[in-house]
Amino acid sequence: MFAQILQQLPQQLLNGLVLGSTYALFALGFTLMFGVLGVINLTYGFYFTTGAFLALYGTKLLALPIWLALPAAAIVTGGIAVLFDAALLTPLRRKKAPELASLMVTLGATLLLYSLMTATFGTEIRRLPPAVISHAAIIVGSVRMNWSQILIMGTTVAIVAALLALIRGTRFGLSMRALAENGEAAQLMGVNTDAVVRLVSLISGALGATAGVLIGLNFNAIQPYMGESMMLKGFAVIIIGGLGNIKGALIAGLVIGVLEVLTAGFLSSNYKDAVGFILLVTTLWFRPVGLFGRAPIKRA
Amino acid sequence: MNKRTLATLALLPLAAAAAIWTAPAKAEDVTIGAIEILTGPNSRYGVAIKNGFDLALDEVNKTGVLGGKKLVIQYEDTAGNKDQAVSAARKLIGIGKVPLILGPTLSNEMFAAGPVANEQKIPIVGTSTTAAGITAIGPYVFRTSLPESDVIPVTLKAAQTKFGIKKVAVMYANDDAFSKSGYDVFKASLEKLGIETLTTETFGSKDSDFSAQLTKIKSLNPDAIVVSALVEPASGILLDARSIGLDEKIRFIGGNGFNSPKLGDIAGEAADGTLVGSPWFIAKADPLNTKFVADYRAKYKDDPDQFSAQAYDTLHIVANAIDKAGAADPEKIKTALQATKYTGVMGPFSFTDNRDPADSSGVVVLEMKGGKFQILK
Repeated sequence: MFAQILQQLPQQLLNGLVLGSTYALFALGFTLMFGVLGVINLTYGFYFTTGAFLALYGTKLLALPIWLALPAAAIVTGGIAVLFDAALLTPLRRKKAPELASLMVTLGATLLLYSLMTATFGTEIRRLPPAVISHAAIIVGSVRMNWSQILIMGTTVAIVAALLALIRGTRFGLSMRALAENGEAAQLMGVNTDAVVRLVSLISGALGATAGVLIGLNFNAIQPYMGESMMLKGFAVIIIGGLGNIKGALIAGLVIGVLEVLTAGFLSSNYKDAVGFILLVTTLWFRPVGLFGRAPIKRA
Repeated sequence: MNKRTLATLALLPLAAAAAIWTAPAKAEDVTIGAIEILTGPNSRYGVAIKNGFDLALDEVNKTGVLGGKKLVIQYEDTAGNKDQAVSAARKLIGIGKVPLILGPTLSNEMFAAGPVANEQKIPIVGTSTTAAGITAIGPYVFRTSLPESDVIPVTLKAAQTKFGIKKVAVMYANDDAFSKSGYDVFKASLEKLGIETLTTETFGSKDSDFSAQLTKIKSLNPDAIVVSALVEPASGILLDARSIGLDEKIRFIGGNGFNSPKLGDIAGEAADGTLVGSPWFIAKADPLNTKFVADYRAKYKDDPDQFSAQAYDTLHIVANAIDKAGAADPEKIKTALQATKYTGVMGPFSFTDNRDPADSSGVVVLEMKGGKFQILK
């Protein structure tokens, strides 16, 4: 029994890291959108689906290689995200509508968008052409992995590093933080908040699409509702990590992924899905702002 | 949805209307009723069934029933709605005065319409209803479709004798009624055949990552993996198994959810070697089946599926029963149906005392090769 656990452990840890990276990758754009724009934007799941579908048709119909289809899908989806934000949320922001109104608008929009996609594409699953990436196994010791898994883990780490550098080290990052802190004050200080909002939407949409392409590539199950099923886990990740916190999303995603896999591998697969939500509830009990979130300071 | 399906859908209301208006044609015709899903998202099942009925009807009417009388089917559409199935049954019995009803398409429609026919003592024959408890509705409810509990044991038996499978791992989706009921059947028949179950793993039907469960299964070294799931997670499991490096000699054995060409489309090579049982297979090489497939293709320019095959056999069974009854009388038809002995495209057919199909010798075990199902040799 013990020997069997040891024999499985390295592979299960890798499985967990890959699954955790998919959660983190999905949550990055979502948490950025929330952190800067202050809106729980439910259309995010739709950007995830859109990215996967664009890459699917890019590789199938236009025969694009994946290294071209991925950025193309990300940029197009980013553009769509900017349009949706301008159409749905900017008017509410101008009118200083309560947060609930923005949430409801995005909820209605997602339901509509998913239905439209289902009507157009049907609900059956599709996969990217198998030839877009090598499925050959890479064997290190007793652990097997493949290129799409390495791509997911690598991309997640690279995006986190790039986002942190952008937020902490650039002028644009400073404007983002200013907008997140206080939109009006930022505007008075000469920050072009409209431009920042557009750029943040673009980046978030592109990140959602990137996650959709890579996760679609790894799991081979592209269908209109793929974003919706990720959304629930995405919520758990960003709340555990602290709303709007990039590093928190990465760590929370990895922790949930690894714990889920270890639960399924060594306890019972019946409890696999419970893990994330048990962590969510415990986090909210002991640290309502999330593991890495900062409690808002009340100013006079 | 392709253009042809759209066109067919557009014509359906017309066809249905025509069927209703031409049905009460001549007094000497024998008119029976059929309740099927002819419009809406599930209409592909109902249309396949109607095609099967109509093809058999042409053959029956070459000689007619009851000494040369024409057999006519009065179709009623439910659009997949069980309330509509109930009104259709009432209409057929009350106004149409039919001595027998075919259908409805779905099990839950049968649970609604079956009691109506049973109360009025009109035999009702389901051709596609596989859920448990259908014929328990009452003594006038029959079905000709094999339930999963008859198909799965045949698949497992074939795997045991052909490949010497002794120990298996079991996986099923624990949030889906269809997968769970398939799992119950698998569990019972594994025990009956004396095949050892090393572990039982569950997953959600919307999951896309199965690596944790499969890594665990891999470490237990089973001879085969038995899976009860719909085709989407099933394909994901096959692909994940390949990527964690599960030995290719370990076969997957699936329930009816695997019985879909989609499995080969998505999983490709990873699906090779998968075994699944099916009540019917298009390439089954017996003369009756070859003729049925050729006639169907000639009439509809399309391939028949399991549902049209079941409907085709059922109409012949019903026509024979009417002939044997000697009159279009519900009570006599019921007695004649119960005594059915018929060999059709699905194989030999008779009813059990509980009006379920008695014979599962027509079940074929299929093996996936190069992304396509073939008969296991």
